Amino acid sequence: MRFALFLGCNIPARVKQYELSSRAVFRKIGIDIIDIKEFNCCGYPLRNIDYKASVLSAARNMALAEKQGLNIVVLCMCGFGMFKEAEHRLKESNALKEEINAILAKEGLEYQGKTEVKHILTVLYHDVGLDVIKEKVVRKYKDIKIATHYGCHALRPSDVVMFDDPVNPELFDKLVEVTGAKSIYWQSRLDCCGAPLLGINDELSMDLTKKKIVNASESGADYLCDSCTYCHMQFDNVQQMIISSGHDGIHALPAILYTQLLGLSLGIDSKALGLANNRVDISKIEEFLSSI
Amino acid sequence: MFYSISLYLALAIFIIGLIYKVSTWFSLTISVESKKVSTRFLMALKGVIAAIFSGRILILLKVFFLDVIIQRKVMREDFLRWLAHILIYWSFMLLLVMHALDSLITSRIFPDYSPTINPFMFLRDLFGLFVIVGVCLVIYRRFILKAPRLKTNAMDHYAIILLAIIMLSGVFLEGAKIGSYSIYESMVEQYSGMEDAGEIKPLTAFWVENFGVVSPDVKGPFDQELLKKGREIHETSCVTCHSRPRWAFMGYSAARLVKGIAVALDRAGVHTFLWYIHFLACFIGLAYLPFSKFFHIFVTPVSILANSVMDRQVSEAANVETRQAVEFDACTHCGQCTARCSVAISYETFENANILPSEKIRSLRKVAAGKESGENFARILEGSSICTNCHRCTDVCPAGINLEDLWFSMRESMFKKDYPEFSLLSPLSYYRGLMRDTIPEEDYTKPLVRARNTITAGYDLIKDQTEVITIPAYDSEFQDKSLSFQASAFKDCFGCQTCTNVCPVVANYENPKETLGLLPHQIMYSLGLGLKDLALGSNMLWDCVTCYQCQEQCPQGVKVTEVLFELKNLAIQSVKAKAV
Ligand code: HEC
Repeated sequence: MRFALFLGCNIPARVKQYELSSRAVFRKIGIDIIDIKEFNCCGYPLRNIDYKASVLSAARNMALAEKQGLNIVVLCMCGFGMFKEAEHRLKESNALKEEINAILAKEGLEYQGKTEVKHILTVLYHDVGLDVIKEKVVRKYKDIKIATHYGCHALRPSDVVMFDDPVNPELFDKLVEVTGAKSIYWQSRLDCCGAPLLGINDELSMDLTKKKIVNASESGADYLCDSCTYCHMQFDNVQQMIISSGHDGIHALPAILYTQLLGLSLGIDSKALGLANNRVDISKIEEFLSSI
Repeated sequence: MFYSISLYLALAIFIIGLIYKVSTWFSLTISVESKKVSTRFLMALKGVIAAIFSGRILILLKVFFLDVIIQRKVMREDFLRWLAHILIYWSFMLLLVMHALDSLITSRIFPDYSPTINPFMFLRDLFGLFVIVGVCLVIYRRFILKAPRLKTNAMDHYAIILLAIIMLSGVFLEGAKIGSYSIYESMVEQYSGMEDAGEIKPLTAFWVENFGVVSPDVKGPFDQELLKKGREIHETSCVTCHSRPRWAFMGYSAARLVKGIAVALDRAGVHTFLWYIHFLACFIGLAYLPFSKFFHIFVTPVSILANSVMDRQVSEAANVETRQAVEFDACTHCGQCTARCSVAISYETFENANILPSEKIRSLRKVAAGKESGENFARILEGSSICTNCHRCTDVCPAGINLEDLWFSMRESMFKKDYPEFSLLSPLSYYRGLMRDTIPEEDYTKPLVRARNTITAGYDLIKDQTEVITIPAYDSEFQDKSLSFQASAFKDCFGCQTCTNVCPVVANYENPKETLGLLPHQIMYSLGLGLKDLALGSNMLWDCVTCYQCQEQCPQGVKVTEVLFELKNLAIQSVKAKAV
């Protein structure tokens, strides 16, 4: 199995642990990863201001992978959603596709729509499969409750992203449970993390984040698990900002990336998973693991 | 005489230019809280001394070797570029020391030095060849390979042209001199002590045969006896200063090339003419250096070294600002940042070159010098704001410039001016949100409020909640055309309010209408009625988290979130169109 790995802008700069842990997990599971240096912004942050620019960005990435005959695995849900949106729109509108391709042609690229874009969770669930992962798990979690956070842009709009059932998704829960952890039900599990508004309306953005953290804590979660760059920055960096600003007295709920959670139970060293990079300390999670 | 005057003139301009440029390092305004020139100067002095007399000197030495001498960053990114640059850089430096400054340096180290003996003669041509090959690679890369969005500006052209003139005039000057009979004659006069034409003939024959001199009357083939005699004279009078000119392989080739017309060229004094061109080009290069791209020869090492021991968080703020001013001059416009920029492709749709880091840095220098305003300023601000802060430009910059830091500082200082910037209302602001603690509270919110207010300013209808709104006639231009694609499905809305009921933003407020203006279902409905102003003026647009709950759950299949996305695009487009 081979994929072009799409990291996007934030992971290498701010969420290095997501790259580290993903690569480690891919290696362990036997997925070949190709890096395409020329990849650019996924287009997601541009959508508010210029739709065409965002589709062009996404299309260029897909065209680059297409040139090498590769499918793309995306770690971020917002990025994944953007790719799907672009794919969808380019299939629908020939005029747009021609316009985009005219620009791409200047550097010898063409978007034909042959490349399939998948989120890392989809790859693990569908392409690898729970059984294979189960076989590779060497340390199981015991007595740990995880609040699994789905993330909006992978789940919705469901007719475009086709990730899982938008009302009753279970893909992510199952992936969590394969490690022995319990994925709990919590009311706001499908709600927004607040990230799209950080920097635009911080108060609102943090309100949404706090609500989710409080709801997860109250539902008994020991950790929150996410699998998206923005969600993770929100639950980690921004939660840390909320905690250190002090005036809210929320109970810290550490957020762990799914690749970190899985990586540990695959027997990967916590250093190789970048556990120390998280702002809200997650090192204690190893206490829930059985020994090898 | 003319030579000395032009040399001193060039030197004077060079020194004045240098002083002027260095002074700007302490006067350009980059930080929001800019310090006084004198403070910055003293702080910088202190910082430099502290760095040198501390453990950091080891880091500096290591970085100097790896990044200034070997230039590993360039090698890692692009081998061809590295090769071209190393060839030019090293060979040019060696030519400068060994050839241009020979009377000051080479002849002091080697008492027997003469430009016409080996190894100097050969090395001069070898280094010259390396520079020429390097320049050819540069031309190939810039004009034939043409990396996408790599811009070449007038400065780049001047640099390449000047270098080419210096190198080519040098080669042809050497060629003209090798063939020159008049130089030969004066040399003979000076060094052989012979005056009689018959006496001189064997030497002339020997030099015509072996040293490429083109004599108007003495022509081969010569008999061995004559040449043997010539060699004897040569060995007593000339050999101490002259190696075979073949070793100067480029000059010699040039001499062979023009052999047929060498006598005429010599009579016309072409070698004198070429000599003028050669040294004048060098002097122009010297005088122009502080103002040209070549200034980077001095400044880039400074930037690389400063960045290796400085950190925004711990270093003195005044010194960070000074370093950033230095960085403007350290940029070589090599385009590596643009080649790796995450949003460079957006240049194609925004048609704003300031998005490209390699172009942005130039514009920002003008902004820092207080030289930009109006439309230009707004474009530079837009270009600077369309940035995902991915750090890639900084990672690859061979000049060691902390570009991301520079963008951040310049953006914030530009936000202090009264220009609205709308890309702040997109997730591009995420990084700014994370960096909030480093920005004074008022400076943080002001540009956000300004962007929103500028957009809503044009839509009065939404502000007066008491008035009964008259429904306008069907605006086909707006309702059919501007809302494109799937978004036009808003027409199917029957006002059930599901979108509003599931909206997490609406749920977050006790009195959502007051904060958000219109709620999602009201926006859909007003679009159906053609009340464009209501839809575009609503705060809801910018507070939408794009979670797609509304769209997912709409029983009528209205693409609520898509509609909101398109309205945002539309609102920004129309406010920008109005500004122009
Ligand atoms: C003391 C050292 C010295 C001696 C001896 C000497 N030359 Fe030169 N010669 C030079 C130098 C130096 C140049 C270059 C002059 C310049 O660059 O302006 C030169 C240049 C020349 C040139 C022009 C070609 C060129 O490469 O620049 C000729 C021809 C020449 N010499 C011939 C002779 C002959 C013939 C003799 C012997 C009679 C002789 N030289 C002896 C130092 C010397």
